[in-house]
Amino acid sequence: MHGSESPVSKNLGLRAGIVTLVIVVALIYLVPSLTKNLPPWWSNVLPKDKIHLGLDLQGGIHLSLEVEAGKAVESNLERVVEELKNDLRKSKIRYLELKRSGKDGIAVKLMRDDDVTAFREMVHANYPDYDPGTPSYEDGKPVFHVVLLSKARERIMRMAVDQALETIRNRIDQFGVSEPDIRPQEGHRILIQLPGVKDPKRAIALIGKTALLEFKLVDEDHSVDEALKGHIPPGDEILYETSIDRKTGQRRKIPFLLKKRTLLTGEYITDARVQIDSRYNEPYVSLSFDARGARLFENITGQNIKKRLAIVLDNKVYSAPVIQDKISGGRAQITGRFSTDEARDLAIVLRAGALPAPVKILEERTVGPSLGKDSIEKGFKSAIIGGILVVLFMAVYYSLSGIIADLALVLNVVLIMSGLAFFGATLTLPGIAGIILTIGMSVDANVLIFERIREELRLGKTPRAAIEGGYGKALVTILDANVTTLIAALVLFQFGTGPIRGFAVTLSIGIIASMFTAIFVTRVVFDYLYTVKRMKKVSI
Amino acid sequence: MEFIKPGININFIRYRKWAFVLSGALILATILLLAWRGGPNYGVDFTGGVLVQVRLDQQHSPGEIKNALKPINLQDSIIQQFGDKAASEYLIRVRKTNLELTGLSDGVRSALISAFGKGVDIRRVEMVGPKVGKDLRQKALFAIFYAILFIAIYISGRFELKWMMSIIMALSLAFVVYLTSSFGVSVTWLIIIALLVTLGLCWFLNLKYALGAIFALIHDVTITIGAFALTDREISLAIIAAFLTLVGYSLNDTIIVFDRIRENVRRFRRRPFQEVMNESINETLSRTILTSSTTLVVVAALFVLGGGVIHDFAFAMLVGIVVGTYSSIFVASPILLMWERKMAGKSGRVRKGQRNGMRVKST
Repeated sequence: MHGSESPVSKNLGLRAGIVTLVIVVALIYLVPSLTKNLPPWWSNVLPKDKIHLGLDLQGGIHLSLEVEAGKAVESNLERVVEELKNDLRKSKIRYLELKRSGKDGIAVKLMRDDDVTAFREMVHANYPDYDPGTPSYEDGKPVFHVVLLSKARERIMRMAVDQALETIRNRIDQFGVSEPDIRPQEGHRILIQLPGVKDPKRAIALIGKTALLEFKLVDEDHSVDEALKGHIPPGDEILYETSIDRKTGQRRKIPFLLKKRTLLTGEYITDARVQIDSRYNEPYVSLSFDARGARLFENITGQNIKKRLAIVLDNKVYSAPVIQDKISGGRAQITGRFSTDEARDLAIVLRAGALPAPVKILEERTVGPSLGKDSIEKGFKSAIIGGILVVLFMAVYYSLSGIIADLALVLNVVLIMSGLAFFGATLTLPGIAGIILTIGMSVDANVLIFERIREELRLGKTPRAAIEGGYGKALVTILDANVTTLIAALVLFQFGTGPIRGFAVTLSIGIIASMFTAIFVTRVVFDYLYTVKRMKKVSI
Repeated sequence: MEFIKPGININFIRYRKWAFVLSGALILATILLLAWRGGPNYGVDFTGGVLVQVRLDQQHSPGEIKNALKPINLQDSIIQQFGDKAASEYLIRVRKTNLELTGLSDGVRSALISAFGKGVDIRRVEMVGPKVGKDLRQKALFAIFYAILFIAIYISGRFELKWMMSIIMALSLAFVVYLTSSFGVSVTWLIIIALLVTLGLCWFLNLKYALGAIFALIHDVTITIGAFALTDREISLAIIAAFLTLVGYSLNDTIIVFDRIRENVRRFRRRPFQEVMNESINETLSRTILTSSTTLVVVAALFVLGGGVIHDFAFAMLVGIVVGTYSSIFVASPILLMWERKMAGKSGRVRKGQRNGMRVKST
């Protein structure tokens, strides 16, 4: 208890050194968040990361998407149906019926019993993802149920999610968002966080567009009107073009009767750019195909001169020009009544490629930048006013000791802020609430200590002994009380998302920092005043 | 300066019957209120649905806004003024869970713009699909459950130095939860069962401090939920965070009183437990009131000045701190006393009820 004079002062020097060091380091980490222009020498050696602001404070979009991976399986099945038809034709196996059946199967009814072995071998050789099984018989004809293997099904779905993730990443990169956060989650989900996006509507449209580009022939042998009445010729479909009248601004839907078969898709696109039509001064998107795409395009145009070729994006017709001549060189144009932004976004999605399956929005949270700014202002205003009240209260109630506690309080807030910068944590609106709460609660440790010191003084102890006793007895209680809050904060961190995590981090840093400032820092000041300066009376 | 003079001796324990009546009434009122409303008022985070915060050029009546939303079939939404009257800001809430979210926010925007012109400022959109809502609810409830579990383990282990007991408790709790969850019980019930089991285990394993502390925190959170139901506030993700912070705060308060009781029990072995307990509460009274008031002051500042988004969060803290302070004096300690009396009655040694196991062995 009554250690000799010199070790206390020596020890004190060390402790004061630690406190000074912590303050200096904290300030160094805080500077980048306070000023915009860091001198160049600073950025070279010292930390330059600002405190990250959460989406709720700086505005932005939080999206949770589900990739409808089942659709990728369906399109795989549809493709295999088409390929099977071709293969059967080539190997002269005649069939009566070939169609999709059930969720992941294809039913094939063969003409002749003799072809059963040949068919099974062909499926084994050409379609390793499928199992032909054994045929059943219907009217004496063999019927196969070719089933997609569950392993392959899984793989297709997983690949669809991976590819969607990659595509979305590409699109966002090209759209230009600083610090986007895009990551896969369980259950075919993708989580996207885009801070500071000014035009959420455009960003969401860009991300969610499937962007499946198809070239299809217009069926000019049959009438659209007949088809609209319900007599759609086999192998045809009706798709619409939406056009906006330039004078009245009214939307009009124009029906097109198209051949279902897709002649060419966007997968061969190597580049897509916005260009301006010199005649109407309207933007359009020009496409370039790779060698294979160029060859296909040349064949298609060569074989269908004077026919109309529809350019279809996500089942909407953009235009259906008449093919004037064979087009070689692998270039095409998509015209439509675009605004410059629309054309730019279309070029981005075509360049980044189509999504392998459509995506569905499961969760969308958008905070406009104006609201975020409001929240910061109001949050800090209440923090400052609440803080001032607490500081005044402590100074009045505990005099000099109260002022020491106030110093610890201010230092605590500085430590929380620099701690956020140091850990690269995110400050959210609930996080600001966490700081405010810490302001109120961090004086608790000092209140506990001071009340103990008062008790010890009442027992007639000397200032030094009273301080010693007060700190010693309060310490265990303070630790116990803080650990429970820390447990709550850690659980929150584990289970929380976004803003809640920000709150948990802030609260945790606040608890640890407050124990340091309220116990360690104030003790250094007390020891200095009452052992080195030998103040006679404790002002408490 | 001193609010509470040293040597003060208010007989808090004498009022414990009144306190039990008051607490019991509040908890009962909460349960009845919740039963009547069909459960807590969960926000879109948990139910799924849409919330749009919009600022318009000038004041419009809810009816006008509903009309504006008719073209996109959202005329059933709930419209609320938000924040200051002068701000002409509104909250639009849609509770339908089967909505197609893709393209919806754009639809709301264009519908409002076509009705009120260009001055429409969409400040916040929260759209949560039913799947995500369900996920979030599970997550939040599990968070509460684990927080209570870990805290119970910590208190009984650290506080009563019965780590073995707390491990036994954790294991049996995990077993019960595993058993009940395999019957497909919903998470809400799982938590209620887990809480009852925890209390029961504390009772039978003689973890008296944990018993008092956990009782107090259940008391605090329940009454805060009741205050939410009464003022028709919604429970969102942020509010769950507030509840968990309250759990920490409530314990913080209780532990400080308990710490002093433990210390004094060791010091005054001859004196009756009730007296020691009352004295301990009085000794810590100054601290309890000071800390509660500083925390209340800052939270009140947040409540008044913090703006609409954080308003409910601050409300939860405000209620929770008041209730938590009350419960650490009038609920946690009397429960401890009840347990002591019960044990003393059982062993037939009325006067020596305060002795703990260690001491009985050594005599």
